[in-house]
Amino acid sequence: MAEAVIPRSRAQVRQERRRALGPFAALTHLALLAWTVLVVVPIVWTFLASVKSEDEIFGDAWSLPAVLRFDSWGRAWEQAHIGQYMINSVIVVACGTFGTMLFGSMAAYVLARYSFFGNRAVYLLFVSGLAFPVYLALGPLFFVVQNMGTLPVVGPFIGLGTHGGLVLVYIAYSLPFTVFFLAAFFRTLPGAVAEAAFVDGASHARVFFQIMLPMAKPGIVSVTIFNVLGQWNQYQLPLVLLNSDRQKWVLTQGIAEISTAAGYDADWSALFAALSMAILPMLVVYTIFQSQIQKGLTAGALK
Amino acid sequence: MNHGRTRFVTGFLSIPVALYLIYVIAPYAQAFYIALTDWRGVTATPRFVGLENFRRLLDDDVFWRAVGHNLLLLVLMPLLTVTIALFFAFLLNAGGRGGTGGVWGSKFYRVVFFFPQVLAVAVVAVLFQQVFRPDRSGMLNAPLMALGFEPIGFLSDTGVALWAILGVLVWQAVGFYVVLFSAGIASIPRDLFEAAAIDGAGGAQLFLRITLPLLWDTIQVGWVYLGIAAMDVFAVVWVMTAEQGGPDHSTTVMAAEVYRTAFGYFKFGYASAMGVVLFFFTIGFAALALRLSRRERIEF
Repeated sequence: MAEAVIPRSRAQVRQERRRALGPFAALTHLALLAWTVLVVVPIVWTFLASVKSEDEIFGDAWSLPAVLRFDSWGRAWEQAHIGQYMINSVIVVACGTFGTMLFGSMAAYVLARYSFFGNRAVYLLFVSGLAFPVYLALGPLFFVVQNMGTLPVVGPFIGLGTHGGLVLVYIAYSLPFTVFFLAAFFRTLPGAVAEAAFVDGASHARVFFQIMLPMAKPGIVSVTIFNVLGQWNQYQLPLVLLNSDRQKWVLTQGIAEISTAAGYDADWSALFAALSMAILPMLVVYTIFQSQIQKGLTAGALK
Repeated sequence: MNHGRTRFVTGFLSIPVALYLIYVIAPYAQAFYIALTDWRGVTATPRFVGLENFRRLLDDDVFWRAVGHNLLLLVLMPLLTVTIALFFAFLLNAGGRGGTGGVWGSKFYRVVFFFPQVLAVAVVAVLFQQVFRPDRSGMLNAPLMALGFEPIGFLSDTGVALWAILGVLVWQAVGFYVVLFSAGIASIPRDLFEAAAIDGAGGAQLFLRITLPLLWDTIQVGWVYLGIAAMDVFAVVWVMTAEQGGPDHSTTVMAAEVYRTAFGYFKFGYASAMGVVLFFFTIGFAALALRLSRRERIEF
């Protein structure tokens, strides 16, 4: 009904605005499309190069492949071990993120909702980790992990060149942000439901796992996305801690190695295929979850 | 209700705190001490040399070139990224329908722009190594050569390589900040834009007088994040450039020198000294940035 009353003034306003912003609005799409091209073209070009022959790759960069050859994908997967590296990445990131979320949310919950001597100190200790550049500690970290490998019983699983060792390091280095973000989140949750559960005789652990954790789901999802991406994209920690055993390498290491060690007789189409294989799953997962990923990462940055 | 409270708190904190102390705090604490020794990783007890490593650092040309490159990136990467991202965020949110609504297709643009952000930096580095190839097979040089120009050695020309790296860093970062700033702009009440537009404000004025001041807090956060990222640049240089920081040290950065010194030359003491310098640069930058950009908070 209100629509009917003011159509003229609205149209007027709109017209005035259009007059003020005419050329500006016209250039908007041009600028946006230009950046779209900048983002999309290198990626599409990589996919095209992966189905080109060696000769075509060394020819003009903008030529299209005459026929689609997918044999390079097979070579990259098998001979360049991209399949193995990808499986390794999935294992390490799955365990790393799970551990990070479990231990991170436990610590954040206790620090956010229980007062005890030293609470503030422990919280600040975690949060101070946000400011440390990882390079400062690379050398000592290498020897810490090496020493862990000499422990009885567990040593062989968490030393240098093991996925277990890398997972523990990922967890430890993901804790500052996870604790920082989730503690802020747990503080905002209402206490009434938890108190009711305590009255009914629930234990502290039960209240955490069955009441508080489900209530914190939006925060948990954001931080999980943040950690999955961070750990999947990690390069220098595996470079330092997994260097010895190629079988254990993760995807980013494998891709970088094919490129740097390639030399003149390199299998270029296999390199492009390997790149495509690293890009494709991220493209698919991102397209499916893009709104959560964008929200999760920006929420992370603003906290 | 207090039954088992202490046991619960201790139980929940012990594993995370232990992991954190072993893998994060202990190495950082050791790094500051190792920086004062000549440790090469073989002897059990490193020899204490005081500030000798830092004195040697003063004469280390390659290290100072790395510092210079980091400082250049520290200034230019946030400047370019924030400027471009602000421009696009403003276009996306206020460019359409007469300056107040989102432009048509803004969701599509946001999805596409953000995409480089989810790719691993190492993967991006390899991708652009191919894009920058110095002959007809390089994406950028192919059209140049077709037009009769000499190909540009994006990664082999000492005067160009660092700019190529800057380009890659900005390419990857812009999308994230477009989304971040878009979220900020979306939270500005639309009446402000509408009122200003009715009063005859143009696009530029809407941007300078309303968007920019009200977005200042978010921009500040973005600036600090990008500054820290510029100090931490590693994978792009290490994976993409010739001689890992070359040619002729023209692209090397502090993190690459720390890594090379520690794991290439096994000079852990000297590398830790570099790390300590890097640490103070980063902390100093963050403190400075927060201080300089402090302004009165605008509530709306």
